[in-house]
Amino acid sequence: MQTRERMNKRVTNAIALSVIWLAAIATVAALGTILVYVFVNGIGQITPSFIFTWPHGVNMEGGIWPTIQATIYVTGLSMLITTPIAVLAAVYLAEYAVQGRLVSTIRFAADSLASVPSIVMGLFGLAAFVEGMGMRLSVLAAALALSFLLLPIIVRTTEESIRAVPKYIRWGSYGLGASKWQTVSRIVLPSAMPRITTGVILAAGRAMGETAVVIYTMGTMINAPVSPLDPGRTMPVHLMLMAQEGINMPGAYGTALLLVLMVLGFNLTARYIGRRNRRMQG
Amino acid sequence: MSDSHDPRTGEPIPEMCTDPKSAENAPRPPARQALMTISKATYFKEAALKNLFLVCACVAVAGVALIFLFVGLEGWPIFAKVGVFNFLGGLKWYPTKQFFGILTLIVNSMLAMIGALAIGGPLAVGTAVFLSEVASPRMREIVRPAVELLAGIPSVVYGFFGLVMLRPIVAHLFGGLGFGLFTVWMILAVMIVPTIATLTEDALRSVPDGIREASYAMGATKWQTIWRVLLPAAKIGIIDAIILGMGRAIGETMAVVMVAGNARVIPDGIFKPFLTLTTVIVLDMPYAAGDHRTALFGVAIVLFIISMIFVAAIRVISRFGKGMS
Repeated sequence: MQTRERMNKRVTNAIALSVIWLAAIATVAALGTILVYVFVNGIGQITPSFIFTWPHGVNMEGGIWPTIQATIYVTGLSMLITTPIAVLAAVYLAEYAVQGRLVSTIRFAADSLASVPSIVMGLFGLAAFVEGMGMRLSVLAAALALSFLLLPIIVRTTEESIRAVPKYIRWGSYGLGASKWQTVSRIVLPSAMPRITTGVILAAGRAMGETAVVIYTMGTMINAPVSPLDPGRTMPVHLMLMAQEGINMPGAYGTALLLVLMVLGFNLTARYIGRRNRRMQG
Repeated sequence: MSDSHDPRTGEPIPEMCTDPKSAENAPRPPARQALMTISKATYFKEAALKNLFLVCACVAVAGVALIFLFVGLEGWPIFAKVGVFNFLGGLKWYPTKQFFGILTLIVNSMLAMIGALAIGGPLAVGTAVFLSEVASPRMREIVRPAVELLAGIPSVVYGFFGLVMLRPIVAHLFGGLGFGLFTVWMILAVMIVPTIATLTEDALRSVPDGIREASYAMGATKWQTIWRVLLPAAKIGIIDAIILGMGRAIGETMAVVMVAGNARVIPDGIFKPFLTLTTVIVLDMPYAAGDHRTALFGVAIVLFIISMIFVAAIRVISRFGKGMS
């Protein structure tokens, strides 16, 4: 009787653990399938002329250069707007804030902002920036709308990075007579910088792939934006429109692969910075 | 003395440090001495910077208020015109014929979310348990980056993959065109895995090792420890993770619009096309005008409120969890 119970226990354990293994394998397999499929179908498309020339004709044949330029432009601009505000907000939350109603309101707002569906953020950008403030469909309007999406992400990762800096480093600084701001700007932020950078790069990857926000704030016109008030079509929007309309599938595969490669590049850079930092500290 | 403030931090200086929690305030110099050594200019600079940071932190609050204001102003007239009940409870969405009922869309969004959760939830929790309890360090080095990369893939790429690869397979196996709930479930399930898995893993890791050791010492197997001890201990964190995953699933737009098929009915099967709260905005926005456009902003208000409810639910559950322990 007792032996059988023990056997049952072992069998259940083995079965359950293999189910857990299966879940992990399925997750990795899902990623692998997507990456391999996009890679195999898209690699033949990616040539210098695909990257560096303009699309032409009703079927958008040829290259996708203006969409790449628009994507980089709007991502860069939104990061320039968001990063300073988000980092300083995180400094406040991690270093200055005293637990209270104000701080819990800020945290609730940041959590809400992080979970706003991107389509809602797109319509907000349309109502507030494109029409309300008269920016029309433009890179600036898209960058501002994206900023609200990225803000909570960067605030969270930055706050975690700042909190990970050991307390005794701060005490050493205060002990030398440094003021709070001197301690934060010369001691805490430099120590937290690699992890902050990782978070910012990951957020940039997120901005780059965002579709629903930019389609209503930047439009769908193929254009290489120069001024921040120019409209444009980003790579995700280009991919979505080509796939939806079923035109130029090779171009869609190429765009998808290039987009994935760019996002992967950002992710791997972020991981590399994070790992190098860990090795330096360990 | 008792109401003096440290000029560097602006925090009140405790007179006596008997409370162990204020021990970190202890090594600071006495207030009078500090006040003499720090100039007024420094004091004002510090105060100004602190307020600047506070303003930055309040941008998040302003953001939520602005979204509510602008989307609300654009969308509110439709509630006033057709009535809240008719808008939320109406079954017909034919904006060109002045039918603005979004109940069908709400039901479809819920169906998409529930199915995605039923498939993706176990997958994500299983992956999290694997990462935190089962995997060797080397396996962890493979699976964790995979989860992070899944989070990084843009939703439009998920949609594209669903459209060009998954849809033909579904169509081949089950007939029809391959658009519908089933395909949406598959795509959304994979998309919510990173959200749920990362937070569940955090929750499992925050369970103290002593509890695991106690369980093994009682003769429990690994699975018994996971099922009877660790998952219950991490319950609150896992529920939070799942609610966040629900929010992600219900708010997802671009991936869904490409594989849902977009017919304006409650689907009578899981292989039939359907329309959700998010996809109706994408499809109708390009040509909507007048009341139709206002109604789409009304849909956005509904989506915004749903996502706020999820965030509030997480807050309440976390507070409840803290109260228990």
